[in-house]
Amino acid sequence: MSRRPYVRKIERNWWLQHPRYVAYMIRELTSLFVGLYCALLAIGLVRLAQGHAAWDGFVAAFSSPPGVVFQWLCLVFAIYHSVTWFALTPKAMPLMVKGEPVPGKLIVGAHYVAWAAVSAVVLMAAGV
Amino acid sequence: MAKSNKPILWLPFAGGGLVAALITPVLILITGILVPLGVIHLNYETIAAFAHHPIGKLILFGAVALPAWHAAHRLRMTAHDLGLGGGGVKAACYGTAWLVILVAAGALIAT
Amino acid sequence: MSETITLEVLRYRPETDSEPHFQRYTVPYRDDWVVLDALNHIKDNLDATLSYRWSCHMAVCGSCGMTINNEPKLSCHTFLRDYRGGVIRVEPLDHFPIERDLVIVMDSFMEKLSGVKPWLIPKQEKPLSDGEYLQSPAELNVFHQYTQCINCVLCYAACPQVGLNEDFVGPAALALAHRYNLDSRDGGKGARADVVASNEGIWECTFVGACSQVCPKQVDPAAAIQQTKISASVDWLKDLLTPGAHR
Ligand code: SF4
Ligand code: FES
Repeated sequence: MSRRPYVRKIERNWWLQHPRYVAYMIRELTSLFVGLYCALLAIGLVRLAQGHAAWDGFVAAFSSPPGVVFQWLCLVFAIYHSVTWFALTPKAMPLMVKGEPVPGKLIVGAHYVAWAAVSAVVLMAAGV
Repeated sequence: MAKSNKPILWLPFAGGGLVAALITPVLILITGILVPLGVIHLNYETIAAFAHHPIGKLILFGAVALPAWHAAHRLRMTAHDLGLGGGGVKAACYGTAWLVILVAAGALIAT
Repeated sequence: MSETITLEVLRYRPETDSEPHFQRYTVPYRDDWVVLDALNHIKDNLDATLSYRWSCHMAVCGSCGMTINNEPKLSCHTFLRDYRGGVIRVEPLDHFPIERDLVIVMDSFMEKLSGVKPWLIPKQEKPLSDGEYLQSPAELNVFHQYTQCINCVLCYAACPQVGLNEDFVGPAALALAHRYNLDSRDGGKGARADVVASNEGIWECTFVGACSQVCPKQVDPAAAIQQTKISASVDWLKDLLTPGAHR
């Protein structure tokens, strides 16, 4: 009998072929918005260094309607990033206490507590 | 096969992912919603004073540079997933990240 | 007339077929039948030319993996009742060449598996007269879940990185390497690192997590790989700071 194994090639749109791959792609896409927002922040730091008038111009620019729409998009993806990132932490950093694994929910929960704390500190520093 | 030097790319990716998860949403909340709505006012003197302080510089730098690297590395991997490999993609992703990082560092040094 | 259910099975016979094609079979529906029972019914009563692998019929041997309605599954562990009223599409597992019908070529997996040296490499060999290498239940607990793998390769079929790069060592082999690295009696982490911590090893993984979702034994290879990334990075830093000292 002749052996003639048939090789199937992976398709370019493989990520559309199952919901879990679509979810993965959305998770990866968050990085585009995180990156764009970092670029915005870097520009802000330049404007800050340039003095009062430049800074006010920057604040006006990111408060304009297109600036706000862009940042809304960034916020949605940034939150999706946070949620998916925290959800995977128990896998990457499992903890053992006295020979027993710490429940994953506790590890995820601790990250949410830290998220809330960091957010509160930043908001207070910003003058809320 | 040999041990890889990937940790040099991956460690700041992982660190940046955590920093982005913890701090980026609240920053966008401030600049994208609270300031435009007039809930808070980002006063030049306060921000500049923060950026003058060495610890302030370090925090601002970390909040920009680490997530920027995280984003660049993840985008490169995703491009590969979509069948776009190669040196061009690599250079574009990491190059942009380096640009953002250096601009941020330069601005903070000048402040 | 008693109830029936239709299976759409991917056929490939290398002597006659230039490429695979689907063939439909209608089999009796039974609440307690799994997809493997339906395939056995076809083989025994309808079409003896159908080829597929199986052995234990109880989710232990790992040989009956197939793609069932776009999901990598053990066919002995997938009940017809979950597909009642529909058509069940049965294909060979993704990312492996098809030998014939539902039978895949697994040679590449076998090589990857042995490539990570999945056996105990004691820190110090001791003579038999010194007795066993002892281990406490707590030390066993650290890696126990990673011993549960049955080499069914569902995780390889689910992993897009396996499909994109055929050299990727892949989930099950990396999870097994982690199992030995975590073993208190083992000292072989450095010896495994040449493969495990290479570009074709853990660094090819982007934490899609599909492997862990489809694993029938809750091995969680994705977790093993992330933990290995962290420990390999720590080792890499140690190497950088104290060259040569660490192995
Ligand atoms: S890790 Fe799970 S899915 Fe992968 S081969 Fe082992 S038992 Fe099968
Ligand atoms: S026949 Fe053994 S695992 Fe299914």
